[in-house]
Amino acid sequence: MDETKLAVQVADLTVAYQEKPVLWDVDLDVPQGVLMAIVGPNGAGKTTMLKAILGLLTPAAGHVSIFGKPYQQQRSLVGYVPQRGSVDWDFPTSVLDVVMMGNYGKLGWVRRPGAADRRAAQSALEKVGMADYADRQISQLSGGQQQRTFLARALMQDAQVYFMDEPFQGVDATTERAIVDLLKELRAQGKTVLAVHHDLQTVPEYFDWVMLLNVRRIASGPVKEVFTDENLRAAYGGRVGFLNKRQDP
Amino acid sequence: MSLLDLLTSLLFDHTIRTVALGTATLGIVSGVLGSFAVLRKQSLLGDALSHAALPGVAIAYMLTGSKSPAVLMLGAGAAGVLAILLLINITRQTRLKEDSVLGIVLSVFFGFGLLLLTFLQRNPDARQAGLNTFLFGQAATLLTRDVITMAIFGGLALLFVVVFWKEFKLLSFDREFGASLGLPMPRIDMLLTTLLVVAVVIGLQAVGVVLMSAMLVAPGAAARQWTNHLGRMTLLSALFGALAGVAGALLSSLGTGLSTGPVIVLCISVIVLFSLVMAPNRGLLWNYLRQWRNRRRLRTEAVLENIYLMSSQHDDPSHPHAITALEAVSGAGNVRRSLEELQRRGLAVPYDGNKWALTAEGVRAAQTRLQPAQKDEK
Repeated sequence: MDETKLAVQVADLTVAYQEKPVLWDVDLDVPQGVLMAIVGPNGAGKTTMLKAILGLLTPAAGHVSIFGKPYQQQRSLVGYVPQRGSVDWDFPTSVLDVVMMGNYGKLGWVRRPGAADRRAAQSALEKVGMADYADRQISQLSGGQQQRTFLARALMQDAQVYFMDEPFQGVDATTERAIVDLLKELRAQGKTVLAVHHDLQTVPEYFDWVMLLNVRRIASGPVKEVFTDENLRAAYGGRVGFLNKRQDP
Repeated sequence: MSLLDLLTSLLFDHTIRTVALGTATLGIVSGVLGSFAVLRKQSLLGDALSHAALPGVAIAYMLTGSKSPAVLMLGAGAAGVLAILLLINITRQTRLKEDSVLGIVLSVFFGFGLLLLTFLQRNPDARQAGLNTFLFGQAATLLTRDVITMAIFGGLALLFVVVFWKEFKLLSFDREFGASLGLPMPRIDMLLTTLLVVAVVIGLQAVGVVLMSAMLVAPGAAARQWTNHLGRMTLLSALFGALAGVAGALLSSLGTGLSTGPVIVLCISVIVLFSLVMAPNRGLLWNYLRQWRNRRRLRTEAVLENIYLMSSQHDDPSHPHAITALEAVSGAGNVRRSLEELQRRGLAVPYDGNKWALTAEGVRAAQTRLQPAQKDEK
């Protein structure tokens, strides 16, 4: 492995809900320019880890740095794609308006998004194949289009590191292809992506790094090295039917 | 009194004009802030905050002995802010769900407020204090200076909404994303909720603590029916609030002895009802019409297919069939009306009154409809 910079560094991250640990002493190093899948069974703490890294919930302990500096100083380098089920899609607003929210952090107080932001939002929509939907009311979108709207909003943030919570969850084939292409493009630009992912089959195809999580970190590293039967069994217990079907390389 | 007389009195009768201006101000401010409460599914919050204001009013009177609206409004505002702080802290420190905490705060504050009011009423000295009017409001007591106070506070609240527009929008749509951008979402939330308290305080004298929550929820709920744009929804909500305020003030000035507060609330309820039923796209009536049209279309197409299938058992594809035979195949539903619809479209023609057959065009239409299905069967 070459001497790349660490995009994300997590140390001793512990999160407890009412004294029950959901994330326990997790360390994670992610070099710049990788696409990393975060996998693990339900309740493994994947979403919790993402939220704790982003400061959306207060960890009991732990430290997060982005490119060597504490997360709080590096927020502008970070983009976030929440689960699309986390918002009310009947909210009275348009697709373009949602995408422009990606820039609210940089706009500062009082200032409104202007023509330049509008253009940036339009080009972000083009990148996810949603150029024709800019003026669409968001309640008229399909699940996949909702997901692509959220991705466009994250692109609007123009970040270096992207955190995505289940971007492939319940999307149509068109959206899946659009996301895969987008991930490749981001990697080509040297950006780093950490995505919670559910489908073990597609991990080697879509991602080059992987983290296996089950409250503790089971393993993390290049897919070829750590995506092994042994590690998967450790993360999922005996409940991986997929393992039996998989051909070992 | 005719409508013209009402409008004349609105323009030239000082008392009625003052009251109408006051209730319009309250309608605008609660309409704007209520829009956000509706979108954030926080309807109960307005209810809790308005009920929580009652002990503030009573305590402000007990401390100062003054029943000047400015003093009482200040007391109400202080109680509202205290209620917010309690809400936030109880939700954070305990495992209670937010709606339970809202219910607790509402009933404890309101109960305490009622207790203080009864206590004050036993005191003969304070009998005239008229604090009771804060329960259901008494817009007739509004003076010019009250309306000016309401307008200043309301104007300030609206200014805040304009300045923090995009932050409030983000808070309402996707709070966590806002937090991930580094925006201080808890503080923005606190600000918006405080503005909601301002709206409550403005409405207390005219509408009262019990009915104030209706003024916060109803205009926004009605406005949501008509538009899919946040800015337009907020403006429309302000308009509905103002309309209900003015209409309520006028109706109760007719000398019927009706309290203004309940009349205003009834006016806004009429607007809500109308919007729920009549609004295009979201309205119940349009929903019903859409469903009915779809059902009729499906029924008509079923009849078209059935005639075709029945006549394809004969050599002549336009062989006429009796309606009764079609009814037996097509099942329930108005077969005759479907046939008449087909006739309008030039797809079917009647023979001797009770028999129907497809036209050449009807045969083609049925064939194109049935083609993919027949292919699948093979």
